[in-house]
Amino acid sequence: MILIALLALPALGALLAFLPGRTGRLAATCAAGLTFGLSLRLYSTDSGYWYEFDRAWVPALHLRFHLGIDGISWPLVVLTTLLTLLCCLYSLWKTPDNRLIGLLLALQVGLLGVFVALDLVLFFVAFEVVLLPMFAIIAGWGGPKRRHAARKFVLYTLLGSMLLLIGVVLVINQTGTADLARPAGTASLAAFVFLALGFAVKAPLWPLHSWLPDAHSEAPTVGSVLLAGVLLKLGTYGLIRVAIPVAPDGAREAAPVLAALAVGAILIGGLICLAQKELKRLIAYSSVGHMGFVLLGIATMTATGLQAALIGNLAHGLITGLLFFLVGALKDRTHTGELSELGGLRESSPQLAGLLGFAALASLGLPGLAGFWGEAFAVIAAAQRGWWLAAVLAAVGGALAAAYLLRLLRKVTHGPSTLKLTGPAGYELAAWAPLVVLTVAVGLAPLLVTGVTGPAVDALVEAFTK
Amino acid sequence: MTGLAWLLPGAPLLAALIGFFLPAPARRPAALIGSAGALVALGAAIALLVGDPVAGHVRLASFGALDVTLGVSVSPVAALVAVAVGVVALCVQVYSAAYLHSDRNYAPYAAQISLFTAAMLTVVVADDLLILLIGWEVMGACSYLLIAHDRSLPEAPAAAVKAFLVTRVGDVGFLLGIAVLAVNAETLDIGKVLAYDYSTGTLTAATLLLLAGVFGKSAQFPLHSWLPDAMAGPTPISALIHAATMVAAGVYVVARLYPLFGASDAAMAVLAVAAAITMLWGACCAMAATDIKKVLAWSTVSQLGYMTGALAVGSPPAALFHLLSHAGFKALLFLCAGAVIHAIGSNAIEDAGGLRKRMPVTFWTMTVGLAALVGIPPVSGFWSKENVLVQAEHAHGWQGRLILIAGLVTVMLTAWYSTRLWLRTFFGHYRGTAKPHDPPALMRLPLLVLAVPAALFGLLALGGWLGPKLGGDLLDLNSMTLVALFLAGIGAVAASAGASHTDPARYLGPLRPLFANAFYFDTVQDLVVVRPVKALARVTGFLDATVVDGAVEGVGTGSRWFGGLVNRLNAPGLPRYATAALAGVLLIAVAALATEVLR
Repeated sequence: MILIALLALPALGALLAFLPGRTGRLAATCAAGLTFGLSLRLYSTDSGYWYEFDRAWVPALHLRFHLGIDGISWPLVVLTTLLTLLCCLYSLWKTPDNRLIGLLLALQVGLLGVFVALDLVLFFVAFEVVLLPMFAIIAGWGGPKRRHAARKFVLYTLLGSMLLLIGVVLVINQTGTADLARPAGTASLAAFVFLALGFAVKAPLWPLHSWLPDAHSEAPTVGSVLLAGVLLKLGTYGLIRVAIPVAPDGAREAAPVLAALAVGAILIGGLICLAQKELKRLIAYSSVGHMGFVLLGIATMTATGLQAALIGNLAHGLITGLLFFLVGALKDRTHTGELSELGGLRESSPQLAGLLGFAALASLGLPGLAGFWGEAFAVIAAAQRGWWLAAVLAAVGGALAAAYLLRLLRKVTHGPSTLKLTGPAGYELAAWAPLVVLTVAVGLAPLLVTGVTGPAVDALVEAFTK
Repeated sequence: MTGLAWLLPGAPLLAALIGFFLPAPARRPAALIGSAGALVALGAAIALLVGDPVAGHVRLASFGALDVTLGVSVSPVAALVAVAVGVVALCVQVYSAAYLHSDRNYAPYAAQISLFTAAMLTVVVADDLLILLIGWEVMGACSYLLIAHDRSLPEAPAAAVKAFLVTRVGDVGFLLGIAVLAVNAETLDIGKVLAYDYSTGTLTAATLLLLAGVFGKSAQFPLHSWLPDAMAGPTPISALIHAATMVAAGVYVVARLYPLFGASDAAMAVLAVAAAITMLWGACCAMAATDIKKVLAWSTVSQLGYMTGALAVGSPPAALFHLLSHAGFKALLFLCAGAVIHAIGSNAIEDAGGLRKRMPVTFWTMTVGLAALVGIPPVSGFWSKENVLVQAEHAHGWQGRLILIAGLVTVMLTAWYSTRLWLRTFFGHYRGTAKPHDPPALMRLPLLVLAVPAALFGLLALGGWLGPKLGGDLLDLNSMTLVALFLAGIGAVAASAGASHTDPARYLGPLRPLFANAFYFDTVQDLVVVRPVKALARVTGFLDATVVDGAVEGVGTGSRWFGGLVNRLNAPGLPRYATAALAGVLLIAVAALATEVLR
């Protein structure tokens, strides 16, 4: 029942946002806060599913309303509830619009639905529910070219969803079950390929990424934060939860290709960032690179690699979420995102410069901060698998990340400035501080994450290597 | 006792965390907290040095079968290095408080020094490869932050980026080396890794990869070019980077993992060649440098060559001995240089001169430091450098001879540039405009404190106390010592000729611009690495926009165009429908007629 509550609370919040004026906003934000609290309460380090809810849904079609949460989904559930809460709080001050906050909560329903769904069809439905609120957020509150970006986002990811749907149908046809809790694991390579393509669009895996920079550069700050922080994770989560378990043999065959594309994403994403001229696009492309590390970890299909992928997923959500918040704040103040027009942030707002420096160092995978573990162990896992070339190239990608992020810092924070920017406001600090704290905490004590994901990953790996 | 080991990185880390939350201009509390952190670490290091070796482990994370443990292990070597780090960090904290007395961002600066110290101490005590990597890379980030500290220097940001990036490129190898070691031994624990029996090929690959990281951090050719630029940072930071942290880390790690490196002939050969080149390269560039700090920076590069040379001929104790004595005298030299710069308001040797009488404390302490750099008995540098040379002489194979010859030539060059610096700064006429005087007490104190180890540290080896701590016999001087001293004498005499009225660098003739521009290495690096990568980045960005995204946008535009076309075809007016229908009828009629005729 607690899982139903987890979905019902944000849904209720989205409805409450229809109440007029401040009441609606505050009630919806309270719902987001309660959801976050509820998600924390689910914590456990057991293996297997901590909570399950299983009822017939459409009996005629053998569809079940099957929810469950375990060590693989919990970190992402918490990430979702946390980021949504922070975005709601941020919006309360920044863009006090009931519709936006309602959409954020509606988005959350879909996201949480994906992370707790244990029925393939239910998973697919939740996966699709996410699209529309996001479309509305980009199209409603975005930058000057928001309509184009929103259309591109929806059409591109719908294409991915179609492929995913084919995969879903194939899986159910071939294995006779849509159960994700105990997948038969006998689906074919074709099924894996369709599922993987669908998820690859979402993750995004190079070369299916080109909706991302447009969507990011036009989306409002909260949209970018949730897009990078959570939406991309739907793709990687889908691979771990759905594609690999239902078709482990197909996955093993396709793994080298996936790894090659992941390495390509790391290098190409890094190189594009190095020549990128616009701040938000740069961070969007850096996501392509970072998700490349996550996908590389998944492609190894080893316990080490999957652990790396899960912690990398979480770290990217925290760090890139923070980066988009900061860049949004910067653009609000300077009204430009062009690197050539920025500069001297250290003079004009030392606090913002310090935070941006922190986020950039975290993003380049500085050991001791959250981003390091996923990337280092993705490399080690690739080496374990015997993919030395992939390991070498991914490590080189790590150096590229340092190059483009230092270039970014040099352009933005150094140099002279005559401007005097207002420092971070209280609500901004409130939205950023949890991300900063968690980035340090996960960096210094990765056991916080690996302790939760460990048993689940071991069980998963055991299930598909037997 | 394990608690003390945790304190080593813990105390400065705590100081750093507090420091980051102080208001930026709060100089006094920041300096106090920073100094306290360094002092506690120093106290713990001394206690550990006197006590027995300790070790402790806490599990930090598991990735599949690989456990990352927050492990510490403090051997006597680690304790000695930790003491050196503590002393230098403390001196730098105290000195900075006076040196940057009008800085508006002192609190983050002091906190960054504390973090830097904590990172270095993490490397020193780490008993897990991943933990070592954490300290290793955090140092790179701290060097970046600190080198860029001075906002008035336009070249500082570039130098900072270069320092971080060059070492990070080396760290690509370091991470992969760790991966090779860990994947084969299935553990990250250093003790177990050292005990594991690797195949020759694996060992060669792993050590060569690790060397890339070592070369970056310890500024060995060809990853040395960041170090001279790094002196764009405030002078105390140069002391910190050049003496106790960062550059020392590479040498220390090779010594720590020596059972692996020593077993790989390829790694030893690469190390020897790099050491010889680095030694001579640094010395040559120091000869023509016109900036006081740059002379010292190049001398660091050169002295690091001695350390890696000692490692290459199979003597980690000699390398560590030189590392420790160098930490003392190089920190002293940089802080003295800071005092001079502070007094004359310029970095250029040309603006100094005749400071002996005006700055007696600085003069005497710097004299001790330069004597140690040259290796004049009985100061510390003499003993440690002689040890390297003696070890090289005793070593078998070509590595020994290479290091010995390069080392002896470098002795001569070192004496030459040190004498030049000494005479041109403190003797002759004062050529500057400011009114020079000895620095304030807070800056004077660290000079006096550091002068003691710079002068006397070598005597510890004489007393037979140091050798067992470093795990080897340290003292067997022989005729090579006389050769070295003779060569040093030649160098010094050659430099002193006419130094009272003109720069001896003039006598370098056509070599002078070559040395002054560091053999144009930066230009080559720019052409061979930086530009191609930038060009590749631009091409990739262009292809991504035109081909990958172009295809997507093309599909969009294409379908809209096709939709429009179909739409137009299906929605014409009545007259055109009629025309089209008639045209169709006509066509069919003609076709029917034609078939009829042809049949």
